[in-house]
Amino acid sequence: MTSRAEYCVLACAEAWRGDGEVLASPMGPIPSFGARLAKRTFSPDLLLTDGEAMLVGLDGTVEGWLPYRRHLTMVTGGRRHVMMGASQIDRYGNQNISCIGDWERPSRQLLGVRGAPVNTLNNPVSYWVPRHSPRVFVERVDMVSGVGYDRAAAAGPSASRFHRLPRVVSDLGVFDFTGPGHSMRLVSVHPGVTVEQVRAATGFELATGEEVPYTREPTAEELRLIREVIDPKGLRDREVRG
Amino acid sequence: MTDKTMTPDEVVGRLRSGMTLGIGGWGSRRKPMALVRALLRSEITDLTVISYGGPDVGLLAAAGRVRRLIAPFATLDSVPLEPHFRAAREGGSLALTEYDEAMFMWGLHAAANRLPFLPVRAGLGSDVMRVNPELRTVTSPYADGEEFVAVPALRMDAALVHLNRADRLGNAQYLGPDPYFDDLFCEAADSAYVSCEQLVESAELAKSGPPQSLLVSRHSVTGVVETPNGAHFTSCAPDYERDEAFQKLYATTPWPEFAARFLSGAGEHDYQSAVRTWQEEQR
Repeated sequence: MTSRAEYCVLACAEAWRGDGEVLASPMGPIPSFGARLAKRTFSPDLLLTDGEAMLVGLDGTVEGWLPYRRHLTMVTGGRRHVMMGASQIDRYGNQNISCIGDWERPSRQLLGVRGAPVNTLNNPVSYWVPRHSPRVFVERVDMVSGVGYDRAAAAGPSASRFHRLPRVVSDLGVFDFTGPGHSMRLVSVHPGVTVEQVRAATGFELATGEEVPYTREPTAEELRLIREVIDPKGLRDREVRG
Repeated sequence: MTDKTMTPDEVVGRLRSGMTLGIGGWGSRRKPMALVRALLRSEITDLTVISYGGPDVGLLAAAGRVRRLIAPFATLDSVPLEPHFRAAREGGSLALTEYDEAMFMWGLHAAANRLPFLPVRAGLGSDVMRVNPELRTVTSPYADGEEFVAVPALRMDAALVHLNRADRLGNAQYLGPDPYFDDLFCEAADSAYVSCEQLVESAELAKSGPPQSLLVSRHSVTGVVETPNGAHFTSCAPDYERDEAFQKLYATTPWPEFAARFLSGAGEHDYQSAVRTWQEEQR
């Protein structure tokens, strides 16, 4: 029996399929497991970091040096695909990790915009949301940190030139931005989730096809890798239950 | 040649209220905490602080010394949200210039290179433009005609950084994996103060690490301070890792209680003894 967390690891891994020799920058446990799964299986050329300043192989072997100054250059050079979190995200992929409420005096100060503005204008950015709810999937985000399709287009050619948001993965399903006007579309629901459930947990109108498929099943080898090699301690079940 | 060694209090003696102060390191990593603590013992206030923010920002904000913060974030890394930064923002007591991480870096480069700005493909389309209405864009003069944000130089009156080794002349060396932006902070400042884990003879520097570990050169340094464990409780690899237990204490103790127990002494020595006493109690 595949757990919900395992479908999430797999769906995150799929974000890096076909990426070739780029840095996979996962934020959070399940995206990290996903990046490692992708590298162990269908995207072996991905680069990974140790979370500090070194580029490392799957066994921790150092293969390169990536301090913050070079990391930021890798972003603007485009050879990176990051999966960030989102405290809020809207239908066009505008994301907020900075603060909730009025920016001048927020009701909840969060991280700040961090690298979200430069990430979204320069390298592919996917998102991971461990608890899909109308508080996260909102009509309007309070502070646009990561830039969505509508705002990138409005900001002009130099903003949209390298802008790409390949996918959003939540604990309920997988989404992309191939809906009308680059709006969010439900690509698949994880087994055990209904389309109605996703709609109820989303604060805006979601585009969907006629039939929404289930997120694909992991192969026996993928499951073994997740359970025995990548996350033997089962940390994935702490991030996503059920 | 000039011996630039001084004490933390002598460094602070050269600072003034209202100054723009850059602080090196990143998040809760290699922060010049001993110099920040010396600043907390002074009366200096009304500061504009430029920082990839960590507990340096938290301590100064909690003590009410910061008028404006220029930063892309403030975090303790293993504790994602800096509690005192958060409280100051939610209480409305801290003005913020919120930049993206890359914008911030190019602002440092601009200042170090005596340029008024540098162009960067970041910020456009985001609310960084809304909350910083003074930001301007610049159009490429070449055939592409692309538009970029012109990040203004982050020039500062003084910079504080912490490195692993330094000599008495102001040459300083990092031995960990990441230089962060400490060289740029020193070059972007009118005067720069380097604290270090250990003061060594110049001849020792080249023996301790490869040439590229000699990050900060004396021409960009005004003062050097030996402060063993001076980045505590942030990390200072390879000399020591972050003191996670103490950082957790900092993040969960009400500010007046934390300040009374650890920051009310006459000097850095009192802080370090108070930390040791606390650590012994935990055993």
